[in-house]
Amino acid sequence: MKNSKALSAVKDKVQKMSDTSLLLTITIVVFVLMYLGAIIFEGEGFLKAQTFLDILNNNSALLIVSCGMSLVMITGGIDISVGGVVALTSMSCAVVLDLKNGSIFEAILVALFIGLAFGVVQGYLVAYLGIQPFIVTLAGMFFARGMTTIVHAKPFNVVHEGLNKLKDSRIVIPGLGYTNKHGKYIDAKIEIGVVVALVVVFVMFILLRWTKKGRHFYAVGGNRQSALMLGVNVKRTVFLSHVVCGLLAGIAGFVFFLHVGSGSPSHAQGMEMNAIASSIIGGTMLTGGVGNIIGTLFGVLSLCTIQNIVASAGLDDAWWIGITIAAMLCLFLVIQSVVMKVRKKMTKS
Amino acid sequence: MRNKIVLEMKNIYKTFGTVKALQGVEFRLAEGEIHALMGENGAGKSTLIKVLTGVYSKDEGDVILNGKAVSIHSPQDAQKVGISTVYQEITLCPNLSVAENMYIGREKGVWQKWGSMNAGATKILESLQIPASASQQLGTCSIAVQQMVAIARAVDMECKVLILDEPTSSLDEQEVAKLFKLMRELKERGVGIIFVTHFLEQVYEVCDMITVLRDGKYVGEYEIADLPRIKLVSTMLGKDLDDLSDIKSDAKEYICGEAPKVLEAFDLVSDAGIKPFDFYIKKGEVNGFTGLLGSGRSECVRSIFGADRVLGGKVLRDGKPVKIKAPIDAMKAGIAYLPEDRKNDGIVGDLSVRDNIVLALQVLRGYFRPISKEEAYKFADEYIKLLEIKTASADTPIKSLSGGNQQKVILARWLLTHPEYLILDEPTRGIDVGTKIEIQKLVLKLAGEGMAVTFISSETDEMLRTCSRLVVMRDRKVVGELTGGDLTQSKIMETIAGGGVEDGRE
Repeated sequence: MKNSKALSAVKDKVQKMSDTSLLLTITIVVFVLMYLGAIIFEGEGFLKAQTFLDILNNNSALLIVSCGMSLVMITGGIDISVGGVVALTSMSCAVVLDLKNGSIFEAILVALFIGLAFGVVQGYLVAYLGIQPFIVTLAGMFFARGMTTIVHAKPFNVVHEGLNKLKDSRIVIPGLGYTNKHGKYIDAKIEIGVVVALVVVFVMFILLRWTKKGRHFYAVGGNRQSALMLGVNVKRTVFLSHVVCGLLAGIAGFVFFLHVGSGSPSHAQGMEMNAIASSIIGGTMLTGGVGNIIGTLFGVLSLCTIQNIVASAGLDDAWWIGITIAAMLCLFLVIQSVVMKVRKKMTKS
Repeated sequence: MRNKIVLEMKNIYKTFGTVKALQGVEFRLAEGEIHALMGENGAGKSTLIKVLTGVYSKDEGDVILNGKAVSIHSPQDAQKVGISTVYQEITLCPNLSVAENMYIGREKGVWQKWGSMNAGATKILESLQIPASASQQLGTCSIAVQQMVAIARAVDMECKVLILDEPTSSLDEQEVAKLFKLMRELKERGVGIIFVTHFLEQVYEVCDMITVLRDGKYVGEYEIADLPRIKLVSTMLGKDLDDLSDIKSDAKEYICGEAPKVLEAFDLVSDAGIKPFDFYIKKGEVNGFTGLLGSGRSECVRSIFGADRVLGGKVLRDGKPVKIKAPIDAMKAGIAYLPEDRKNDGIVGDLSVRDNIVLALQVLRGYFRPISKEEAYKFADEYIKLLEIKTASADTPIKSLSGGNQQKVILARWLLTHPEYLILDEPTRGIDVGTKIEIQKLVLKLAGEGMAVTFISSETDEMLRTCSRLVVMRDRKVVGELTGGDLTQSKIMETIAGGGVEDGRE
């Protein structure tokens, strides 16, 4: 008896949840389960805070890009140019710092400018000329990749004093370190990029949850025609989503550059697809109108944890990672659709 | 006596190309009045509404609101001066909460204040007695509640004029009753309501005044008591109603004889959630399924046609068992089905009238025996003439036709396959009175020629006029069958409600 009462209480709660928070809950639960599984089966490595922090360290650029991607997807679009933009930005920063001997400040300006330019042009084409976002950003992707090679054809490492300082600076997180075999205490550290990424996550979360403009993105993604009738400026909202996504891709480009310290036309290969995958795992729906930045954060973490698990299981080849990510995406999409269906049935009855 | 006039439209003219959509139309709305705007499709109702809401700009004429001339160039303008519209299709976002849908797009400021917004929304929802909570996601509400939320949004914008454009077409009777309650409450508050609908009963239930338009012209403004139903219809049509009485006598003439059963079904059940049911229809018979919206009328005929997945049961066609698993099987067995949802299940919007007409026949013939162009034109022209389809040519895309004419095209599509059993699911929904009558006449004519027809309609009097036997449904179950003298409005209501059913089925 008691059980059924508790069950109906849960049922009631699930019914009242919005699609967005329901999917977010699923994402977080799956991530926690997965991480626990990693600790149990892959050993103590995953117990160390540093292992977790390294996931952030290695993927801060992806996290930033995914935030932009989620925004565009919530609005009902897609942006597959972001990987190319990251490559172009990091190559441009490399050239500015190394060949032109510019300052870090100049490099940041260049990064922001490139990202913004892509966002504005693509946003204009999508929002005001009504061209399919997939086509526009596909062109954007090819253009960005091409431009990267034009800026500098060969990969190279950057030698720049200011950059090296910034690149190697770490922020120590007290209390999370561990003692190694030799009895030496090692601090837990994060890179500058992680701070940037977390600030981006925070700002985007506030934007989407607590501002009126932010809710417009959901409205447009939910039903364009209705949003228009409700007095939302649909075109401007779509435009803004692409501008922000482009700008974030620019910032991600600089963060990526800060992490690797080199420029290469093959940087960030496939990052746009990882960003889409992260967003979906994080509960953003490709059809628009549903999604959450916190979910995206967990989406990125899930994706990268899986990669770590696969790698630490000794299956280091790229195709193993690809296959596990594919399996995980399928799993998430199935869970999402099953939960949505069950819920629909529950509301009906 | 009438209250103070709040809205006046004078001498409105609007032309599209060579089509004179509105010619000197007048309209007056008083405070606290529910005013029906009536007319056939193409009479200019929607054009007038769109002029008023700023979707179209008028060529000539004045709109006077509270004694002042106003110029309205966009829906936003209309909202600003206090004219709100609730459209037939719900124009809200299903992924947002109820409260958000009520406030989005019309508030200043940067921050989304969830607390005060939900509190404000709750207050309005409570005062209008709308059964929804402010923080609930809109998509989880029923269509009727969504419609009410749309009205709540309009009301909160301190509107003086509320336009309801066919708000009831997707609601069942209980939901309509709730909506009417809400309308009456708004009326008490002094809101002037313009009510556009195709349902005549609803006009008489809730309205105070009627303005009739015909062919883009103003016919007149009447108090509800001065214009009984039959007169309203004749005013809308611009002719007397001999036609209507004709139909009635036709229907009575039909005698349910000892004709052979064209189709028989036993314990038929589909995955659409209906209880197993038995069914038969005889040659030359017109029968109908009646019941409230959602009682399983469509699901029954869909399972006969194989449009839903059939889970069990036996079907006899002319006494021989047939297996109907998909619509194509039914078509091969000489069954035709005109679906309820014309837009999604019926027309192929971008194809021409001709292509739409020959579609079913082509499928029946198989794709390796194409219908030649000459043949297709011949068929198309034949049926355009036969059914008096108003279209520029056989090559016109079907989506540019009016609803009634689209329906005729779909009807032509099925007649062309020369079915022995024709199922019409809500063929008269959303089309004008004139075409409704034409379709009913056609049904009787076809039956007279020996075709078995199932005719489903939400308007009971239409079914009483055409059908000689009614299958009554409640809660997805067949609960009764009425013939002969039992075919009256009150008897149907009684059976639907469940009182005094003496039927062995249960």
